[in-house]
Amino acid sequence: MIVAVTCAGKSIDSPLDNRFGRAESFILFDLENGSFTFLDNEQNLNAAQGAGIQSAQKIAKSGATALITGHTGPKAFKVLSSAGISVYHSSAKTVKNAIEEFKAGKLEKAPNPDVESHWA
Amino acid sequence: MKELVVISGKGGTGKTSITASFAVLSKNSVVADCDVDAADLFLVLNPKMITSGKFISGKKASIISEKCLSCGKCFYLCKFDAVSYDDLTGKYVICDTACEGCGVCAAFCPAGAISFTERECGEWFISKTSHGTMVHARLKIGAENSGKLVSLVRKIAREEGVKEKAEKIIVDGPPGIGCPVIASVTGSDAVFAVTEPSLSGKHDLERVSELVGHFNLPLFACVNKWDVNPEITLEIEKFCVKKGIFFCGKIPYDKNVTKAQIEGKSVVEYDESPAAREISKIWGNLCGKIL
Amino acid sequence: MTVAVASGKGGTGKTTVAVALVLSYDRNSVLLDCDVEEPNAGFFLRSKSIKKEEFSVPVPVIDAAKCNLCGRCADFCSFNALALAGSKILVFRDLCHSCGGCSLICPQNAVMEEKNIIGEIHSAESDKIFFVEGTLKIGKAMSPPLIREVKKYGKGENLTVIDCPPGNSCPMITAVRGADYVVLVTEPTPFGRHDLSLAAETVSEMKIPLGVILNRYGSGYKGVEEFCEKRGIEIILKIDEDIKIAQAQSEGKTILDVCPEMKDKMCGIVDKIQKGLTK
Repeated sequence: MIVAVTCAGKSIDSPLDNRFGRAESFILFDLENGSFTFLDNEQNLNAAQGAGIQSAQKIAKSGATALITGHTGPKAFKVLSSAGISVYHSSAKTVKNAIEEFKAGKLEKAPNPDVESHWA
Repeated sequence: MKELVVISGKGGTGKTSITASFAVLSKNSVVADCDVDAADLFLVLNPKMITSGKFISGKKASIISEKCLSCGKCFYLCKFDAVSYDDLTGKYVICDTACEGCGVCAAFCPAGAISFTERECGEWFISKTSHGTMVHARLKIGAENSGKLVSLVRKIAREEGVKEKAEKIIVDGPPGIGCPVIASVTGSDAVFAVTEPSLSGKHDLERVSELVGHFNLPLFACVNKWDVNPEITLEIEKFCVKKGIFFCGKIPYDKNVTKAQIEGKSVVEYDESPAAREISKIWGNLCGKIL
Repeated sequence: MTVAVASGKGGTGKTTVAVALVLSYDRNSVLLDCDVEEPNAGFFLRSKSIKKEEFSVPVPVIDAAKCNLCGRCADFCSFNALALAGSKILVFRDLCHSCGGCSLICPQNAVMEEKNIIGEIHSAESDKIFFVEGTLKIGKAMSPPLIREVKKYGKGENLTVIDCPPGNSCPMITAVRGADYVVLVTEPTPFGRHDLSLAAETVSEMKIPLGVILNRYGSGYKGVEEFCEKRGIEIILKIDEDIKIAQAQSEGKTILDVCPEMKDKMCGIVDKIQKGLTK
């Protein structure tokens, strides 16, 4: 199973990016073997609108089946759930901490988006 | 950290003068000028620029004249009337300010003569004023999408606020109820509406209150130049009570407001004027409710 | 002749001037309120409503029977209004700019159109004035299509006056585009000067002739006049600061009700613009 995590930096020790649509990048973490890859999100940082929708499609294409991020808005959430991706909201400091929380079963699957559109 | 957004529905109600006074009265806050179309706060707060950056948003199409076969396909496909025929050169041209950046012309040009590139829409700045940090921006002439620039200015202001351990972020919001306003109020903690005692002012407050209600945010209001029409002021106060809008006070018509602006100062710094006293009182009321 | 009345910042008296221009004019005229986020001109006209219509823009709807989930529509859409999510294409109507790209790009012909109501258009008339206003629905972000629609009503009359939205970004440009002349209304303050300078730059870039009306004159601040002189922009009228005007307006009266001499001045402005344009 692959988990996508929003990342404000370039490594697994970087801070968890609170934003989903305009997250700096994503880390795709493979729970089976602990390996991870890096997915750039530069393009969506500059999107005029609909960055969350665009990022959600990106995650869907990446093969991840779960997403850990700070917050999600209604549009991104709709795309993610329609694509069968479970969303987990976390306030962990770093990407690594967020993955540890997830592994330990400390995160609950979000039933709904938790912020308004245009949040950031 | 609490974020307060000052808006007004219609323009010219004195929103920026009041925001500037709040910035001066507030001891520990970051000010964000999100009225990017008419970014006037700098004229009163006199910021010194520390850092700046470019604001890129969306894309724009332009015709590479040498490759254009003048077939006119772009002209027929464009839904925004952005393409016109230039009689002098016999080629088609795209008007920068009319192009919405959809990319249809570029995708369907049979000659591949249309480039579709990132659009530089403006600049943002972090500055210091004698009353704390200020984040502001300038949209390029005719640039679109001030909503996203609003989001960017607020985001930078929040980051600065966290760094400085600020108590508040005070946002000077744009007029209207469209995209920039939506972008300036979403995710904030409270909205303060400055209105004036006229039929238009009342009408606009009604629209603003509907918008703010849509986002489930607490709304506060004041009437500026209330003595221009005491009857309508009373109606506005009643409207506020009915709608659960917290009415913070009414500012009298006062020539010192304009005089202060001409001197490049906020109303509360300029003089012990009636308007200044009322603005200070309103600020006290607001702080009591928000913090 | 179409005269657009605009201003960099709001509240300078744009609507006051637009209304006074049509009320003063002796022949038939059209007033278009393109300030669709906050349409206010209607308050000042005693006109009889003719009709109210909803205004919608076309947005895509996907025919699931034809769609093969190739995702090209979603890839193409510059506004991210379409998304390929699992086994369907989601449409976010409020993000759509109605460019038509998705239906052009779809190899399966699976993109149909439906209507998304974004506002309404209200027309009214009095003796000599045909009045049209657009009102954007609350929560809708996209005003330019509604502004373009309101402007369609302004053809063929002797005088069409457009009350523009404030600012210098897309809504203002959409309203001003195609006008023969732009009147920029400002006030004698540093804010007024700064906003005027931006608006004047925008209008100049659009290559439309312009003039300035200096409202609430008498603060003692000379910055606006200095700016106009430096740029060679004519100040076509100064309206003195008078609390009577503000009071009259707050009650829905016009400047002509308290300053009858304005009628001649407004007519003079229209004449002057007309002559200047035909020269």
